[in-house]
Amino acid sequence: MIAVSILNGLAIGLLLFIVAVGLSLVFGMMDVLNLAHGALFLAGAYAAWFVAGENPTMAGFLAALGVAGLAGIVAGGGLSLLTEPLARRSHLDQALLTLGVALAVAELMALAFTKDVRAVNPPRGLDRAIDLFDSQYPVYRLAPIGIGLLLAAATHYVVERTPVGALIRATVDDRDMVAASGIDVRVVRVAVFAAGSALAMVAGVLGSPIYSARPGLDITILILALVVVVVGGLGSVRGVLLGALLIGQVESLGRALLSDLASFLLFGTLAVVLALRPHGLFRVAGGR
Amino acid sequence: MKYLTFAGSLAALAAAPFFLAPYATTTLTRILVFALLAVSLDLLVGITGLPSLGHAAYFGVGAYAAGWLATHGTSQALPQLGFAVAVGAVVAVAAGWVAVRSHGVFFLMLTLAIGEIIQQLAQSWTPVTGGSNGLYGIPATRIGDFVLTHIALLHWYATAVFAVGFTIVWCISASPLGATLRGIRDNEPRMRSLGYDPRRYKMMAFVIAGAVAGLAGGLLAAQQRLVTPADLGFTTSALALIAVVIGGAGRLWGACLGAALVVIVRDYLGPDLGGHGPLVLGLVFIAVVYALPRGFAGLRRRVAS
Repeated sequence: MIAVSILNGLAIGLLLFIVAVGLSLVFGMMDVLNLAHGALFLAGAYAAWFVAGENPTMAGFLAALGVAGLAGIVAGGGLSLLTEPLARRSHLDQALLTLGVALAVAELMALAFTKDVRAVNPPRGLDRAIDLFDSQYPVYRLAPIGIGLLLAAATHYVVERTPVGALIRATVDDRDMVAASGIDVRVVRVAVFAAGSALAMVAGVLGSPIYSARPGLDITILILALVVVVVGGLGSVRGVLLGALLIGQVESLGRALLSDLASFLLFGTLAVVLALRPHGLFRVAGGR
Repeated sequence: MKYLTFAGSLAALAAAPFFLAPYATTTLTRILVFALLAVSLDLLVGITGLPSLGHAAYFGVGAYAAGWLATHGTSQALPQLGFAVAVGAVVAVAAGWVAVRSHGVFFLMLTLAIGEIIQQLAQSWTPVTGGSNGLYGIPATRIGDFVLTHIALLHWYATAVFAVGFTIVWCISASPLGATLRGIRDNEPRMRSLGYDPRRYKMMAFVIAGAVAGLAGGLLAAQQRLVTPADLGFTTSALALIAVVIGGAGRLWGACLGAALVVIVRDYLGPDLGGHGPLVLGLVFIAVVYALPRGFAGLRRRVAS
């Protein structure tokens, strides 16, 4: 029972990592808090239902992943261009702009997909359950764990070990210095925005069999991602991973063990972390 | 001049039921409730420089408190409003303890997360809040032996409470405390070096804003006689922030105009727009953020100069 909850928490945590890493990097780099990030996740979940259908085949599900990735790149590029003219104004204005976008997009999705729950079953082949810890465990839950670990490793490698990653980290630290050394920061910005948004939409497809697409899911995911980012510290891939795993366990294990206090657990975790480490567990972004 | 405008506006509001159709009067009452919420939020956003995206939590908590008292205790207006203010302030103390440690966009994230958690609580604490059905069948508010069921009476009650709440925030804004809060907004390190403790002042602003939002919530319970988790959710918080920004942060009358626009688009024109008021509001909001960095209030300044 507890082992199953821990495994569920791992699945939720890694899914949250995929969503939150884009949010964290975009914020760490450009101080743009993208409040439309949850809407991207929801768009991904709707994309899974639209492209692959309610009972998807493996091919259909993979196609949905591809479509979501491409759409995410386009959406992220668009968001980056939308916030670009506000780069010289306060960070709040940029966050407010994405809030307006989030409201409008959520409403458009409600128009297109109505208010009904659009559930997607796991793709054929992964819709079985296996014996695990003396109980039946749905195989599909293992997919986010596997893919999440892969993506975490890949993101970590790209950000920490490659020249592109060095550029990203340098921009997080001091973007004026990067610009002064002759690099067009705007290109880095559009690229990170696009990659982060693509990851959020891919996470939406991956999460669609776990969280069914419905109006309001965008806010739920946005809040969880924000808590992950605040707990983990902004702009740090390792921090986001740690924060996501922690929040995943709080969500799953906490709800299983202390269901009465479930609403307080998330708040409690946030309060404890902020009281002890006001800037999150790992903070990389400079004190701007 | 300011006082004249204020008194004139109140007189016009009080006279409105004699000239407006019943539905329009009810909409005006709803505008007053929402405007009081927007004014309390403006104390945080515009005057103290703390952008909150979870302010509906204190509004909704106040509404639940007033509704609960009306159902289980007394339906007299004053105890209801007092209880709503007290509960709004207490919840703001707890939330503020965490939230004022941060600033800027960080504050936005924290208030958003806290607001969402309070909404979850409202949804799951069924014995007190009625769960996702909300508190319904709240008895009509009474003042002495007067029962406020007639929409004109209800409107005058809302006008009176709005005037009190607005005056409180206005006085704070014009007082030395308001000047200190503006100082913290504009240059926190300098205020600290002058010997002020910014966190204490931010906490004060946060709790006062929570209390006034609770007052607005008490008014909501009397007007709607129904409180649902949606009243303290993200959308309400976002619309309140939109009202403040559209009106021009830091200008209390601007927040009222912004609130009027939001309520008119959402409730009055909403049915004609196929229930997609939020879509229109989102687009208007995007346009305002681009074109009017200081909201409507900035427009007046631009015309004047």
